[in-house]
Amino acid sequence: MDARTLTAEDIAAGVAKLANDIREKNPETNFALIGIRSRGDEVAERVQQLLSTNGANIPFGTLDISLYRDDFEHLHQNPSLQQSDIHFPIEGAHIILVDDVLFTGRTIRAALDALSDYGRPGKVELAVLIDRGHREMPIQPNYTGITLDTRRLDHVLVALKKTDGNDEIRIVQKHAP
Amino acid sequence: MPHKDLLDIAALTREEIEHLLDQSAPFKELFTRSVKKVPALKGKSVLMLFYEPSTRTHSSFEVAAKRLSADVTNFDVAQSSVTKGESVRETVETLQAMRTDFVIVRHRSSGLPGVIAKLTKASVINAGDGTHAHPTQALLDAFTIKENFPNPAGKKVLITGDILHSRVARSTSCILKKLDLDVAYLGPGSLVPKVGPENIRRFTNYDEAMKWGPDIVYLLRVQMERQDVQYFPSLREYHKLYGITEARLEDIRKRGLYIMHPGPVNRGVELCDAVMDYERSLINDQVENGIAARMAVLYWLKPGGH
Repeated sequence: MDARTLTAEDIAAGVAKLANDIREKNPETNFALIGIRSRGDEVAERVQQLLSTNGANIPFGTLDISLYRDDFEHLHQNPSLQQSDIHFPIEGAHIILVDDVLFTGRTIRAALDALSDYGRPGKVELAVLIDRGHREMPIQPNYTGITLDTRRLDHVLVALKKTDGNDEIRIVQKHAP
Repeated sequence: MPHKDLLDIAALTREEIEHLLDQSAPFKELFTRSVKKVPALKGKSVLMLFYEPSTRTHSSFEVAAKRLSADVTNFDVAQSSVTKGESVRETVETLQAMRTDFVIVRHRSSGLPGVIAKLTKASVINAGDGTHAHPTQALLDAFTIKENFPNPAGKKVLITGDILHSRVARSTSCILKKLDLDVAYLGPGSLVPKVGPENIRRFTNYDEAMKWGPDIVYLLRVQMERQDVQYFPSLREYHKLYGITEARLEDIRKRGLYIMHPGPVNRGVELCDAVMDYERSLINDQVENGIAARMAVLYWLKPGGH
């Protein structure tokens, strides 16, 4: 086992890149950010802060996708729910879904299902802090903060200040025996 | 770790209770969406095995299961072979062959859901057995109290009515004690148990109970169907002595107390009509919270596999 580490500065740069790319493509700021719990909400909150500097008022919500997972049969314990919090109408809106790590794409598949039960958005885009590859679903991000080269079995462990107390990303490699 | 069955509150640790209460809130939040259904139990089957009539608990469980996308089958006991003398064991073997994942049981014999739980791999949820337990009622009551008192420890709940025959009184006081609330009973001497938990006060006089200073008055239903034996002179007499009359409602309003009732209410017996419109009546919240609490239970339990 060995590990690579990304620092708080790397994370800040990744969040800044997300915010810049989103701003560049949407100068009108007529979209809403929805962060996927947990940690996607924290990334979305930071992006919102960066985008709100010039008085823009960007709606912000959180989404828990536990009930939409496709792997209940394989779990000994169902994942604990957290409150979803979407206080604005989804109908016809431009939604940017935000998550911390994009891996197989299954979480995003679940998030799209969950979102559609709130209403029918006009457009949905995806912003991820880290894209680590190895997709199992036809899902690609519109905005990417950091692209990481990983192996399928590696663990990408993200810690964010509000959720975990500090900002750090560790990529733990598992060597074939 | 999740349990296979939910038979009574006594079997749950405080942490497990807190977990189920915490999980009820996000389920309740789903009710505000345009689509109230989630796919969590898609493909799972829930069997409703009600040996005793019940409209509210039955439909509450049914709605909860359907909102989790489970398939619900009603095993209509009144019209089934049970009345032809089929034993519980035979019924359970039939259920096992149907590969059902959850069985919701109501029965007039205390302990029967526990017997079924031992016979089947399915998760068994007790929806009320005799005078023993009604654990999902207790969970929804505790959840309703927590919505109004986020830190409920030390709050005082006065449970009023036929304590002796009430599984609701038993389960709800059990959960409230586990959450460190203070519980007292009020009712006719003939309906308040003489023995039982030491730390529950007993009152037979309404005014004395009010002096104790409750935060919540929890009214039990006077069970008309059990009035073959006379425990009190008349319903009018009961209303006068223990019911929430209009004069008592005014006093309760002044004190800012909450009123709860597991339903269905007997107007003019446990309470007067005006209670239903009282701003601190939680009776309708209890109905809605019942669905959320039962969803949390269905989502938490893990059937034993086939």
